[in-house]
Amino acid sequence: MSRTARDTCLLLGLSVAAIVASGILLLIILFLSTEAWPVFSQVGLLKFAFDEAWYPTEGAFDLKPMLVASFAMSMLSIMLAAPLGIASAVFCRFYAPPVVRRAYQWIIILLAGIPSVVLGLWGLTVIVPLILMLAPPGASLLAGSLVLALMIVPTVALTTQAALASIPQFYWVGAAALGLSREGTLLGVALPAVRSSIFAGIMLAMARALGETMAVLMVSGNVVQLPTSLFDPVRTLTANIALEMAYATGDHRSALFVSGLALTVLVFILAWVARRSGGQVVHA
Amino acid sequence: MLSKLFTTGALIFVALSTPVIAADDKIVITGSSTVAPLITEIGKRFEEKNPGVRVDVQTGGSSRGINDARSGLADIGMASRALKKDESDLKAYTIARDGIGVVLNSANTVSTLTDQQIVDIYTGKISDWSAVGGTQGPITVVNKAEGRSTLELFLHFFKLKASDIKAHVVIGDNQQGIKTVAGNPNAIGYVSVGTAEFEAGQGTPIKLLGMGGVAASVENVRNGSFPLARPLNLVTSKEPTGMTKLFIDYTQSADTHDLVKEQFFVPNGP
Amino acid sequence: MPEPANLIDREIHPVRDRVLLGAVWAAAMLVAGAFVWLLADLLWHGAGRLDWSFLSTAPRNSGRAGGIWPIVVSTVLIVAVAIVVAAPLGLATAVLLSEFTRRGGTTERAIGLSLDVLAGVPSIVFGLFGNAFFSVWLGLGFSILSGGLTLACMVLPILIRTAETGLRMVPDDWRLGAAALGLSRTTALHQILIPVATPVLLAGLMLGIGRAMAETAALVFTSGYVDRMPSSLFDSGRAISVHIYDLTMNVAGGDRSAYASALVLIALLVLVNGAAIWLSDRTLQRKIATR
Repeated sequence: MSRTARDTCLLLGLSVAAIVASGILLLIILFLSTEAWPVFSQVGLLKFAFDEAWYPTEGAFDLKPMLVASFAMSMLSIMLAAPLGIASAVFCRFYAPPVVRRAYQWIIILLAGIPSVVLGLWGLTVIVPLILMLAPPGASLLAGSLVLALMIVPTVALTTQAALASIPQFYWVGAAALGLSREGTLLGVALPAVRSSIFAGIMLAMARALGETMAVLMVSGNVVQLPTSLFDPVRTLTANIALEMAYATGDHRSALFVSGLALTVLVFILAWVARRSGGQVVHA
Repeated sequence: MLSKLFTTGALIFVALSTPVIAADDKIVITGSSTVAPLITEIGKRFEEKNPGVRVDVQTGGSSRGINDARSGLADIGMASRALKKDESDLKAYTIARDGIGVVLNSANTVSTLTDQQIVDIYTGKISDWSAVGGTQGPITVVNKAEGRSTLELFLHFFKLKASDIKAHVVIGDNQQGIKTVAGNPNAIGYVSVGTAEFEAGQGTPIKLLGMGGVAASVENVRNGSFPLARPLNLVTSKEPTGMTKLFIDYTQSADTHDLVKEQFFVPNGP
Repeated sequence: MPEPANLIDREIHPVRDRVLLGAVWAAAMLVAGAFVWLLADLLWHGAGRLDWSFLSTAPRNSGRAGGIWPIVVSTVLIVAVAIVVAAPLGLATAVLLSEFTRRGGTTERAIGLSLDVLAGVPSIVFGLFGNAFFSVWLGLGFSILSGGLTLACMVLPILIRTAETGLRMVPDDWRLGAAALGLSRTTALHQILIPVATPVLLAGLMLGIGRAMAETAALVFTSGYVDRMPSSLFDSGRAISVHIYDLTMNVAGGDRSAYASALVLIALLVLVNGAAIWLSDRTLQRKIATR
């Protein structure tokens, strides 16, 4: 095979892979839509936004509180996890002595692999009683955010580390030649240089937080209401699906697929916004 | 590395495409997560007694059990409740019973609640333990998620609607209820009597309350005096035959009573 | 080449540098502390239950007694299926994104956006989708294969994103050099880009495996609940995190086994990651040796 023919074959193969990879999302959306369709066609879209409450067995389908809860919890968790994750990566790369660094690297990797069920169990038996001492009922927006934050720190840390590793050598040499301090190099050169990569990692982590089910279900209280404080119990869209799907029939079941669809739309908006604002590459 | 990955992938798929010998007698059972552990254990014993037979148990909730039994996706469905009016096309076989009792944290000084007090607590009319004779503290109402059969039983017994209840924590499965009440001195919840009795015996800080003057105990569920109980059912869409019938008969036999008790449920019969 | 850490190891602005130093250490110790707390909790409740028979026997009495061997086997098989399917697909997509599309171009934006959204699809939705698509529509039923394929869809965005980062890390000079030497892009990819990016590819793989091993919601409806030793990929097999969930939420008296199972899962992760690090070091050494 000639050189160009081989390259064409390669490109063809890669394109097929990429089409399959992005096709999965379409399949999932198609699946959610078909399952959600019965309730859409019967009660209409508006009921999901303007109903009084969520009592699907009594015909009330308000999704707003759960949309807000999902959004609030993932925002809170990323606000905690982003600084911690970035600091973790900086720590590993620049501050930690070799032995500590190895150990710390393991902690991050293992944390990434702790099942959400185990984190949820820990949250339920350790974190929730602690929060209860501050304000009842303990199972709350705050508990969910804390557990989620711990869960997504590794994602931010590992992607940031990869980004920092990608900084060309001459950046460091240049900064050294300019006589920049360690702090100056980090905050003024290194981190800004890989801003968009870090941002992409944060988005990945936030998406993970939005999609997390089991841990959230175990610690956040699952009451369908608009939270007014950190200590209010809330129900996220994912917890809603997990709690009710197994027992739902008819319109109720369909309505749960609507919440799945709503969540996908929320993630889509976030991802799109992230791409718009994080689009510029600093390297240029 | 790329080529190695592809080769491995190809090899696995070749291995996959070799025909698989299906078990000659496979019983597929799906449904209630409450019943699933029990049926898994009964299934294992049944497999031992009937070599060549396989019992595959899958969870997914009572509704799934009903649906799968109806559609034929499963040979048998599991439901942790009695059949509803619109499910009269199915046949139910009760394999055990389960009582539902109100639990408090053992630090709570309240030792009895009337039915009316429980209703008032769950509907938000009473929000502090001092109103029912306890030490002051805001009540944390633990409720089950919509659609769960325990919730339906609870609502039916107290003649409430799902929307009447003002809950502070909503839970899914039974053990989440026990853990939530155990971790919160001011919580009230309702869980399976058998498991609560066992957990309390193991030192978990919870206590069961009686209902209508009857103590919540496995014994009182068994003799029928405890008012709040549900049947655990196997359901089929038509009259079971062959191995399915054999299995259902076996689950209802006295041979499985020890397994039923190991899961903290109440066996059939005296 | 001097290490970056050495290049910037100077203190010019003592106060601000110290503050940053303190903040970074504090954050790192906070994360480490939370992990140690969690691990200690697991050990405290679960270590007493761990012994050889726990590893080598099948669960009895719904997992309260006996061990988890069939469950470990099922878990490994499910994750293996997921990675075998997702790794080549992910690598190929990443190569297309980093080598054959313009950054910010329409193709890159479209694929990238769909992957970002895919990463945010809740695991329970993956589970329902996997059940409908793999188990029912493709007729795979409740099986290790259904579960593995569902997980493959789920870890794909992680694998692609990290692989893409790894490939973009390779300086453009190397690509130009390869082209100047008259290498085809296929050869350049095979001989230079992928080997150089291997550490990052492996790191992504580890993240994916970690995620796959930890998954619960996507597996309940796909690989299922059967805790028997699987005899083929078409058998239903209970994954370890499904087992943990059942023990904690559904089985009274199952907590100790649940904590012990979580410890086994962590040990598995250590094993897999250790192997990957060893492999990555070895490829690096070989690369240096052949140069």
